[in-house]
Amino acid sequence: MNYRLMWRKAVNGVMLGLTGVCALLAVSVLFFILGYLVWHGGKALNWDFFTKLPKPVGEEGGGMANAIVGSAKLLLLASLIGVPIGFFGGVYLAEFGGRTFAFLVRYTTDLLNGVPSIVIGIFAYSIVVLPFKHFSTLAGGVALGIMMIPITLRSTENFLLLVPRSLHEAAMALGASKWKTIATVVIPAAYRGVLTAILLALARVAGESAPLLFTAFSNRFWSRGWDQPTASLPVMIFTYAIAPYEDWHRQAWAAGLVLLGLVLLTNLAARLVMSRGMSARRS
Amino acid sequence: MATVPIAVERAGPGWGPRTLLRRLRSGDEIAHLATLCFAASVILITTWLVYVLWVNSALPRHKFGLHFFLTSVWDPIFDQFGALPFIYGTLVTSAVALLLAVPAGLGAAIFLAELAPQRISDALTFVIDLLAAVPSVIYGLLGIFTVVPLLRKYVQPFLHSTLGFLPFFQGPHYGVGFLAAGVLLAVMVMPFIISVSREVLLAVPVDQREAALALGATRWEATWKVIVPYARIGILGSVFLALARALGETMAVTMVIGNNPRISASLFAPGYTIAAIIANEFTEATGDLYLQALIELGLVLFLLTFILNGLARLLILLTTQRGTAQE
Repeated sequence: MNYRLMWRKAVNGVMLGLTGVCALLAVSVLFFILGYLVWHGGKALNWDFFTKLPKPVGEEGGGMANAIVGSAKLLLLASLIGVPIGFFGGVYLAEFGGRTFAFLVRYTTDLLNGVPSIVIGIFAYSIVVLPFKHFSTLAGGVALGIMMIPITLRSTENFLLLVPRSLHEAAMALGASKWKTIATVVIPAAYRGVLTAILLALARVAGESAPLLFTAFSNRFWSRGWDQPTASLPVMIFTYAIAPYEDWHRQAWAAGLVLLGLVLLTNLAARLVMSRGMSARRS
Repeated sequence: MATVPIAVERAGPGWGPRTLLRRLRSGDEIAHLATLCFAASVILITTWLVYVLWVNSALPRHKFGLHFFLTSVWDPIFDQFGALPFIYGTLVTSAVALLLAVPAGLGAAIFLAELAPQRISDALTFVIDLLAAVPSVIYGLLGIFTVVPLLRKYVQPFLHSTLGFLPFFQGPHYGVGFLAAGVLLAVMVMPFIISVSREVLLAVPVDQREAALALGATRWEATWKVIVPYARIGILGSVFLALARALGETMAVTMVIGNNPRISASLFAPGYTIAAIIANEFTEATGDLYLQALIELGLVLFLLTFILNGLARLLILLTTQRGTAQE
């Protein structure tokens, strides 16, 4: 009996220890990625990276200024598509949604969220690139915008639902109509949450390269317009990493560091906005 | 507890003695319609997406039919397209990923939900959420320059010498291939398994554990024999979610899979996945049949993830609702 108890206690200790090891392993991956990128990317990162165009093959140096601007343009386009649809769709679900239709919207949104990014790329290719007959910044923006919709929409809905019911009732009791209540009471109360949602959605699509491969394509020079192909950081990392040149690998690390830095900082900022909002509500 | 809000909610859209005219004048109906349009556009876009995939893959669907999924010749020059090697590669890499990620992810989730003190659990969950935000191309970058050399120099020779009698661990050590892609995918999907499983485990009613502990179970026994079985459907849901992610993952896999459309039993061999071939060949596809064959592969990928995601949501919904209902 005693042996059995000892055995059970030993199993208890070992297995619980193992779960701790698993958690530690998962967490250490992030620090490994960060450390490795800072180590390799830091060495390659310099001022030229942010200000110069890529050099022709064989010449050392150059930078990715066009890719940084390209990524910014793509994100701007993506927000123009993703934020309004996501935000107002979220308002609909939280405030007006009926039963069947709201369920349908929710389900479709989750479905869209799960569509592989490369398939979204095919979609954007078919509806924008094919009619215009060439790759364009616009097509890339459309692809990223579609990817932003589900994240923005569902989080907006959730944050609006968090607003206490009593606020609605107070506003309506004062005679405000429903949309006035939403616009002047509910949305201002939830704006931090909505901002967080938009930032998180931006951070997610900023790192996407699969849908850009055959929509925004790539460009070794400045993109001359919204209807022209453009370089973007994630696609540049991909091209440079699989290329056989040492100098390109160096730059891929630098670009990786910049991209990861931006994505993680946006995530941190989003969570900071959120936690501030939470503590303000509690006090 | 909250009877008043419920009463207001029940009153629903047609509340009060207001007529349609009054509501239109006060802007309610306009706001309703406007937001409805935005919400409906989501359904529109998704339907459009399915339609585009379906219509633009008509040529190969008519020419090859079901044969498309059963042949393994991919020869654009002679217009022969078979999807089997890509489907195989996608399934094998995802299976390897799940084999590695599910035990580790579940372990970590148990630690976070059951053992770690609140503060530590929150901090670690935060880090894991950040991990989920790392772009896929960054994983690919690290894959090419660290995982692949490590596998080639140390892991593959080791597996070869110890488990080399199995067909999975034979052949030359290239580094790139199914194993490399599987390992990267495992790291990428683990955050999803951890965060969803953690939530599912936290939704298990406390009295379940208390009852087990009161009967004299050790902490591990209470967790493994009571709480995990209680939450198993939700955990299965998290695995499906992870599988759907792994199937559709493109960049990291494309960078380490080796891009070789062949079916081989060995995990050391280079292969190809559906997402990777679309990424690599879409821009250089000449001719309608070639392009549409790639789009049909996209359609296959879409359907696979569609089914898995649907199942996953259903399973997670089932457990979290049951958990909260009994609290």
